[in-house]
Amino acid sequence: MSDHRPTGIKRWLYTTNHKDIGTMYLWFSFIMFLTGGAMAMVIRAELYQPGLQFVEPGFFNQMTTMHGLIMVFGAVMPSMVGLANWLIPMQIGAPDMALPRMNNWSFWILPFAFTLLLSSLFMEGGAPNFGWTFYAPLSTTYAPPSTDFFILGVHMMGISSIMGAINVIVTIFNMRAPGMTLMKMPLFVWTWLITAFLLIMVMPVLAGVVTMMLTDRHFGTAFFDAAGGGDPVMFQHIFWFFGHPEVYIMVLPAFGVVSEIIPAFSRKKLFGYSSMVYATASIALLSFIVWAHHMFAVGMPVAGELFFMIATMLIAVPTGVKVFNWIATMWQGSLTFETPMLFSIAFVILFTIGGFSGVMLAMAPVDFQYHDTYFVVAHFHYVLFPGAIFGTTAAVYYWFPKWTGKMYNETIGKWHFWLSMVFVNLTFFPMHFSGLAGMPRRIPDYNMMFADYNMWASIGAFGLGLTQVFFFVTIIMAIRNGKKADEKQWDGATGLEWDAMPTPAPYHSFSTPPKVD
Amino acid sequence: MAIRRKLIAGITSLLSLMLGGAVQAASKLNMRPGVTETSIEAFELHMMVVWVMVAISVVVFGVMIYSFIFHRRSKHPTPATFSHSTKMEVIWTVIPVIILVYLTIPAVSLLIKMEDASNSEISVQVTGSQWKWHYKYLEGDIIKNEISFYSNLSTPREQYENYATSGAADNVNYLLEVDNHLVIPVDTKVRFLVTADDVIHSWWVPELAVKKDAIPGFINETWTSVPIPGIYRGQCTELCGKDHGFMPVVVEVLTKPDFDKWLAGKAEEKRVADKAAADAASQNWDMAKLMTLGETIYASKCAACHQVNGEGLPPVFPALKDSAIAKGPADVHINMVVNGKQGTGMAAYGAQLTDAEMAAVITYERNAWGNNTGDTVQPADIQAFKAGN
Amino acid sequence: MTEQAQENKKLIRRLIGIVGGMFLFAFALVPLYNVFCDITGINGKTRGQALYQNVDIDKSRVVTVEFLTNINRGMPWKFESRLRSIDVHPGELNEVIFYAKNTSKFDIVGQSVPSVSPGKAALYLNKTECFCFDQQTLLAGEEIEMPMKFFIDADIPEDITRLTLSYQLFNITDSVYAESVGTK
Repeated sequence: MSDHRPTGIKRWLYTTNHKDIGTMYLWFSFIMFLTGGAMAMVIRAELYQPGLQFVEPGFFNQMTTMHGLIMVFGAVMPSMVGLANWLIPMQIGAPDMALPRMNNWSFWILPFAFTLLLSSLFMEGGAPNFGWTFYAPLSTTYAPPSTDFFILGVHMMGISSIMGAINVIVTIFNMRAPGMTLMKMPLFVWTWLITAFLLIMVMPVLAGVVTMMLTDRHFGTAFFDAAGGGDPVMFQHIFWFFGHPEVYIMVLPAFGVVSEIIPAFSRKKLFGYSSMVYATASIALLSFIVWAHHMFAVGMPVAGELFFMIATMLIAVPTGVKVFNWIATMWQGSLTFETPMLFSIAFVILFTIGGFSGVMLAMAPVDFQYHDTYFVVAHFHYVLFPGAIFGTTAAVYYWFPKWTGKMYNETIGKWHFWLSMVFVNLTFFPMHFSGLAGMPRRIPDYNMMFADYNMWASIGAFGLGLTQVFFFVTIIMAIRNGKKADEKQWDGATGLEWDAMPTPAPYHSFSTPPKVD
Repeated sequence: MAIRRKLIAGITSLLSLMLGGAVQAASKLNMRPGVTETSIEAFELHMMVVWVMVAISVVVFGVMIYSFIFHRRSKHPTPATFSHSTKMEVIWTVIPVIILVYLTIPAVSLLIKMEDASNSEISVQVTGSQWKWHYKYLEGDIIKNEISFYSNLSTPREQYENYATSGAADNVNYLLEVDNHLVIPVDTKVRFLVTADDVIHSWWVPELAVKKDAIPGFINETWTSVPIPGIYRGQCTELCGKDHGFMPVVVEVLTKPDFDKWLAGKAEEKRVADKAAADAASQNWDMAKLMTLGETIYASKCAACHQVNGEGLPPVFPALKDSAIAKGPADVHINMVVNGKQGTGMAAYGAQLTDAEMAAVITYERNAWGNNTGDTVQPADIQAFKAGN
Repeated sequence: MTEQAQENKKLIRRLIGIVGGMFLFAFALVPLYNVFCDITGINGKTRGQALYQNVDIDKSRVVTVEFLTNINRGMPWKFESRLRSIDVHPGELNEVIFYAKNTSKFDIVGQSVPSVSPGKAALYLNKTECFCFDQQTLLAGEEIEMPMKFFIDADIPEDITRLTLSYQLFNITDSVYAESVGTK
């Protein structure tokens, strides 16, 4: 087994190695995370106190829009694809992804897509300013000229995600080591398989909706223009048909990650493996029939509102099953609390809190009071930051010794965790209150009565921002001077990557398939 | 004795102060119950869900924390080996279903009540436009004294641009005040027909639990019936462009006699305004007078987008300085101001400004910043333009 | 290995099929949405031209129909209904006159877009003649009276005693002009 690897810039440009591509995805998403985070800092600085201090309202809208787009499409989704690249072949005993050249493409599209998107900030008229949900007609008739670059950018990253998803599905279906049946696959692989199906189902719908925007803007169609017989509300229906599954695309792989980490540090098998698989699949299926709960205020008939309300509340059931299974995994285990475990536990607790506010938002008659306020902002940041991002962070800490053969500094890792935990709550918990007090989202200035919460949220946000820079330093330190990791760093870890592969993972692994029992 | 009494009094007052503070803090931490039947029911439903969620958290997180303490490796070195229990899995599927059903039942009946706008006594058309609301009362004869008006933010620009130095902090209704309140009578079912004339807006008054999207080309219905006179404040809750944060909603609820008085007052106001407009149109204004009034109007209505120096924020908000419109034929310029421009932020000022104000601001734009066309536009010109003559 | 490549290709082809299908599905959602709205009245859009034939009149019920007119930004027309509201028996054919005047010095093409509230009522409102079926071109200063004839379906649910028909008038001169240039 030769461990030859090319060197220099060409290694990264031409690579078809799943580990290299995974690394690039992770670094790319981290850069985007800091970029989107910097925009969040601008937003929080402006909202630190009432009055307009730093930016004018038009630019503020560009910041909220770009922050959302960058975080969703640039940070969270690529980080999950990065983990998939690193882990799926290792966990199913495959030598690489099934379609390595397509893999290279799907990564290298991204930097171009996001350069295009970010360049719109410097264009005349500014960047897109209509929110990441880009509701028509604000995003069609009334949008700045840079919207066309936004549309092109969305198409490019959509193609990238679709190629990534196809690769994952083909790899999982065709590349498993002999004996690795579907119901033996690690849960991370399962959640990614389901995510990949969601991706190929809904990313084309997103592509469709931005294409309609493009033709509305330039080619005289009127999909979303009432004057030509169109309907702006239809935009929202199509957008959320994509948008709701999208939120599960962002969080399902994180479910998979914690389902690997919690058993490892509980030194106990994952509780209810098959019910976990079925719960994930039912969440994914339900996500296709709940989209209109994002639009209770548009004036739907009561029957429609009732349907979407009840369907949405049903999602709480399989999600609850997952949470209970994680807890049952810890129950009577032999727990230790290393950094990845801490992040996973925080994931379970804070994601559950985000789930609670989700159930509240699902209830249509009260949703009229929550809708489009900071309560919603609090809700989705609770499921995205401690959800998707803590999930990825936990994964990086957990598999870092396997990937690099080096060990991060556990003390600094714990600092990273505790600071993140404190600041994430300081940032997002007060947003529940400002929302309940009546503060609408996406506003650059507000009445005194919302001042306290906003100040706390801003302080929390600055701390949270700095903490992530600290994460960067920790990782760099570990890569450069980390202690040598043990052959099997975590005694409770299971799976092919831990049991059938040396540490660090060789550049070419599983050239001959491992034995699965 | 006296000392003891004082001490007790002191402690009680301190306690009541703390309690009062806590109650006040708690009220700031929560949704406001509001004043209408539906808002109070929505609040009660909200509280019910909150308590159910708190109870679930206590149980779920309690079990977790117990496990962290008693099942840590130092206390519990040998892990158990179970990984499956059909009985438990059925239990924790069924219990959430029961809880959800328990929550759904009151939600359904409240929802049905909230969506029933029938048998209203008064109808008001609410139109959102960038970045203000327009209200039109749909009562009485359509031809004579139709009451309709715009409702603009009345917090001065100075206050939000220089928050610290302008005394804005003392303004309790900062960004929640408008020049013309929507006035409705108490204990009356009022139906709102909500629409928009550019992008989507959303009309929200938290204390009435009314939130409805205003969608261009479509009308939506909602309603309220307010039992207590007072002033209720809300905001636009759908991102609608640059000044989305600056278009509040203010509803003033009056007793029925006061409401009738207000109606009569509005009719009188309209008569006076019509007369003033006619007088203004009959006069010939000189350049200085037009420029002075024009500058004030420009500062309050136009400068937010076109900027004080007339250079705008191109390409979305074009410059007026040296622009083809401001230096070209007056008709085209008047048309732009009176009717606005579709697909842009340029609103139609025909119904928002008087003829004299429009004449002044157009004259100002044609002569300021070195545009120096030397034209004066007279109120009579605007009147003639609007009449289509 | 070649066998594997073959299998991969087969699977990729299927997955790309799903992707293509979903892309088309996004566009299919447009007519589907319209059909769905037509059946449920979800967005209050009214239907096209109806025929008034063999309609039963239900004299026992009265429905109030209100008329609203809105003018979109950038539309220099006056546009109003001659009637604020009218009480009708379901099944009865009624006529309402709308008035429009182009107050500008330009020729303008207008399009009115109808919307009904409550949305459900749109299913029972039948128009035999409406200016909203066509575009109107008014020369500078021209005025026009436009009739609209309608009847309410006798099947209208008992709980609907009032419905509001709103017309929003859009200026579509530019898009009409762009089309005519395009065809030259």
